Amino acid sequence: MTLHEYDVVIVGAGGAGMRAALESSQRARTACLTKLYPTRSHTGAAQGGMAAALSNVEDDNAEWHTFDTIKGGDYLVDQDAAEILCNEAIDAVLDLEKMGLPFNRTEEGKVDQRRFGGHTRNHGEAAVRRACYSADRTGHMILQTLYQQCIKQEVEFFNEFYVLDLLLDKDPQSTPEGEEVSVAGVVAYELATGEIHTFRAKSVIFATGGAGKVFKTTSNAHTLTGDGMAIAYNAGLPLEDMEFFQFHPTGLAGLGILLSEAARGEGGILRNSEGERFMERYAPTIKDLAPRDMVARAMANEVREGRGCGPHKDYVLLDLTHLEPAHIDAKLPDITEFARTYLGVEPYTEPVPVYPTAHYAMGGIPTNVQGEVLRNNTDKVKGLYAAGECACVSVHGANRLGTNSLLDINVFGRRAGIAAAEHALATEAAAELPEDAEGRLRAWVERLRDTVGTPGAESIAQVRRELQETMDRNAQVFRDEASLSAAKADIAALKERYEAVGIHDRGQRYNTDLLEAIELGFLLDLAEVVVEGALARKESRGGHYREDFPTRDDENFMRHTMVYGGEQLRLDYKPVVVTKYQPMERKY
Amino acid sequence: MTATAEAPAAGEVASFEVTLRIRRMNPEGTSEHGAGEEYWEEHTIQAHATDRVLDALHKIKWDIDGSLAFRRSCAHGVCGSDAMRINARNRLACKTLLKDLNPAKPIMVEPIKGLPVEKDLIVDMEPFFASYREIMPFLMTSGPTPERERLQTPEERQRFDDTTKCILCAACTTSCPVFWTDGQYFGPQAIVGAHRFIFDSRDEGQWDRLEILNDKAGVWKCRTAFNCTEACPRGIEVTKAISEVKKVLNTGEI
Ligand SMILES: Cc1cc2nc3c(=O)[nH]c(=O)nc-3n(C[C@H](O)[C@H](O)[C@H](O)COP(=O)(O)OP(=O)(O)OC[C@H]3O[C@@H](n4cnc5c(N)ncnc54)[C@H](O)[C@@H]3O)c2cc1C
Ligand code: SF4
Ligand code: FES
Repeated sequence: MTLHEYDVVIVGAGGAGMRAALESSQRARTACLTKLYPTRSHTGAAQGGMAAALSNVEDDNAEWHTFDTIKGGDYLVDQDAAEILCNEAIDAVLDLEKMGLPFNRTEEGKVDQRRFGGHTRNHGEAAVRRACYSADRTGHMILQTLYQQCIKQEVEFFNEFYVLDLLLDKDPQSTPEGEEVSVAGVVAYELATGEIHTFRAKSVIFATGGAGKVFKTTSNAHTLTGDGMAIAYNAGLPLEDMEFFQFHPTGLAGLGILLSEAARGEGGILRNSEGERFMERYAPTIKDLAPRDMVARAMANEVREGRGCGPHKDYVLLDLTHLEPAHIDAKLPDITEFARTYLGVEPYTEPVPVYPTAHYAMGGIPTNVQGEVLRNNTDKVKGLYAAGECACVSVHGANRLGTNSLLDINVFGRRAGIAAAEHALATEAAAELPEDAEGRLRAWVERLRDTVGTPGAESIAQVRRELQETMDRNAQVFRDEASLSAAKADIAALKERYEAVGIHDRGQRYNTDLLEAIELGFLLDLAEVVVEGALARKESRGGHYREDFPTRDDENFMRHTMVYGGEQLRLDYKPVVVTKYQPMERKY
Repeated sequence: MTATAEAPAAGEVASFEVTLRIRRMNPEGTSEHGAGEEYWEEHTIQAHATDRVLDALHKIKWDIDGSLAFRRSCAHGVCGSDAMRINARNRLACKTLLKDLNPAKPIMVEPIKGLPVEKDLIVDMEPFFASYREIMPFLMTSGPTPERERLQTPEERQRFDDTTKCILCAACTTSCPVFWTDGQYFGPQAIVGAHRFIFDSRDEGQWDRLEILNDKAGVWKCRTAFNCTEACPRGIEVTKAISEVKKVLNTGEI
């Protein structure tokens, strides 16, 4: 075993992790551990933009942005957090520009802005141009720029280190409320050598990104297996609002690859088999630019009612053919290339087949606005932070607005980085490591290695496929008691089969077979949490739509779900923070 | 890899058989092959019209032999993980459709060349990233930081647009014959990375970077073989970027 000691250890080098590292490494001795090379992180896949009320092209302000965020999130948003998000947005964009991010520009040379779903002028009057962007590769530019700054600041990276266990000084579930629990470090597996490393630290930040691979059709990378969320959950910490998963309306049909909402922001129109612009019926005011949950449901409904397109009538069309090719090339070059490369469709002249794709986890590891992780509704875990998609602050509530996540990772990544460094500087010594710190991981890895050659072993790929299929079938855009119960039963059976999976590769070096088996374990745990939360939430709100309870029920459910693991999965609730926005009906 | 009118509509399943010949190497050895021994292995699988080389590799890894090692993440050509040599050309496995390769012959899949092979299709990327770090790939400015954004006209922004697209996949560098044989050369990607800042109107570090590129390991090693431009999955005109940098060095003018 190798032991490392740092003030701050950051897990993840996507947008949130690197933004945190830039702050933390200026103040304290920091290591950034990442299972991928930083520039491979899925932040680089983000396309459309990053929201901030810069008012560079039309009148806008942070208060309107806050209102839109809260309404878009169907009033499950913690309003104090949303205020911070939108107030700090302007500096977050300007900071990136000063770091060198090549934003698209207005004629006067300022950062240009475009329209995006759910972002409006004066509390819903009309769509507003709030998204700062760089063609349709905004996430790529953010990831590259942050990485470039990390090179400049000589941030210490541990590339291709998989963090697989979290070390706390006490069991967070059996420790009484009000008593202190502290972080002690993390345990990581080095891909190149198979060696297990223990990192002791005064502060740890989780920034491990999303969990889209719980579903079959997804815009998320193969590596987005919710590791940070599952590791926290398995260490006895709760997960918040996991039943809220965003299905993005425009995934390439059959593939799930994302076509940014920017396509509609730039004038693209959704049509059904009759050529009808059906969003006019569902959201008369802002039509195709309604929030994602509404558009995704409308699309699924068109297909369900027989107005789908194609030989199996199982998708709708995104029509860009009325846009100038030059405009498409300037504003949407990458996504139109995806349509050409992967479906052989020419967007200049043909509409593109699209269908909702699992996109974004609104839920995650509960934190306060400093990024500090909560172990129940009130107690923080000392020294433990989370930021980005793996965290739930909660600024997205039941449905995230497009362009608010690139904002979230910058605002809360920065905050977590500062808070973690300050905590480390104010702390004499890191908590003691538990005895045999890496024992749990070592046992897991050895058990998997021993499965090589076991006759009749279950296949990782098969169990994963069945998990993803049941989630797509039963826990996607439309849900009800029966479908969710079916998913629950399937997951329970798959968890049993998981105990019998076998791997092929016994080796130490670059054993991605072994790691896929571990990641599958995380996916199974998270799927169970998603489904349990969804079963218990007998209402429809944002991304969670129950056909058997089709309306929002503020009296009983305007509260966050908190799921605790351990021997017996347990549900609890946490109140929503309301500052000045009273819930109202969500119409667009 | 462009549009074809006869491409089957999404959801339609046209299935066909393909064979992959994969260059393998296990640093720890297997029951049949010694540690570090390189060998070819063939697998035949069923594929669909929309399947990419990456899907075929996954089919092999997931259903036949889990020990096959390769990197991948995004699966749609934006993260730069899976550059490999496919039919003797550097490409991203996730962006290369099987139907666009000749299915009558086995598809040859090898690790990219010029970087040490670690296992199967995985190479050591450290030397590549070290060259990138070498050219100081970050905005350099002097004077006080402005309140608001630095201004830049759309034309100034357009000037370096092409090289901002780089995803650090190494397809260009590892297709370069000079890079293969010369242990010193930074390779085309480092020049692309420098170009992105040299032509950015906000940057003031051009001459520091140009000095590095003027060095013996820099631009003058390039013999304009054009392999890099052909290899780039992001469509960056790599050779053009290199010649623009050479021109600045020759004329002293940006
Ligand atoms: C296709 C697509 C387009 C999008 N477009 C937009 C957009 O236009 N605007 C917007 O606001 N949002 C957009 N989003 C959402 C947004 O991009 C993401 O939510 C955000 O980038 C997540 O950033 P992150 O830093 O939390 O995670 P990521 O960027 O996913 O980074 C996760 C990091 O954690 C590391 N990691 C994971 N597990 C481990 C482990 N076990 N050990 C060590 N390291 C680990 C990974 O290596 C990686 O470095 C989009 C998302 C997708 C998928
Ligand atoms: S220039 Fe092109 S080929 Fe070279 S590393 Fe960048 S994206 Fe890859
Ligand atoms: S897997 Fe990301 S580029 Fe191919």
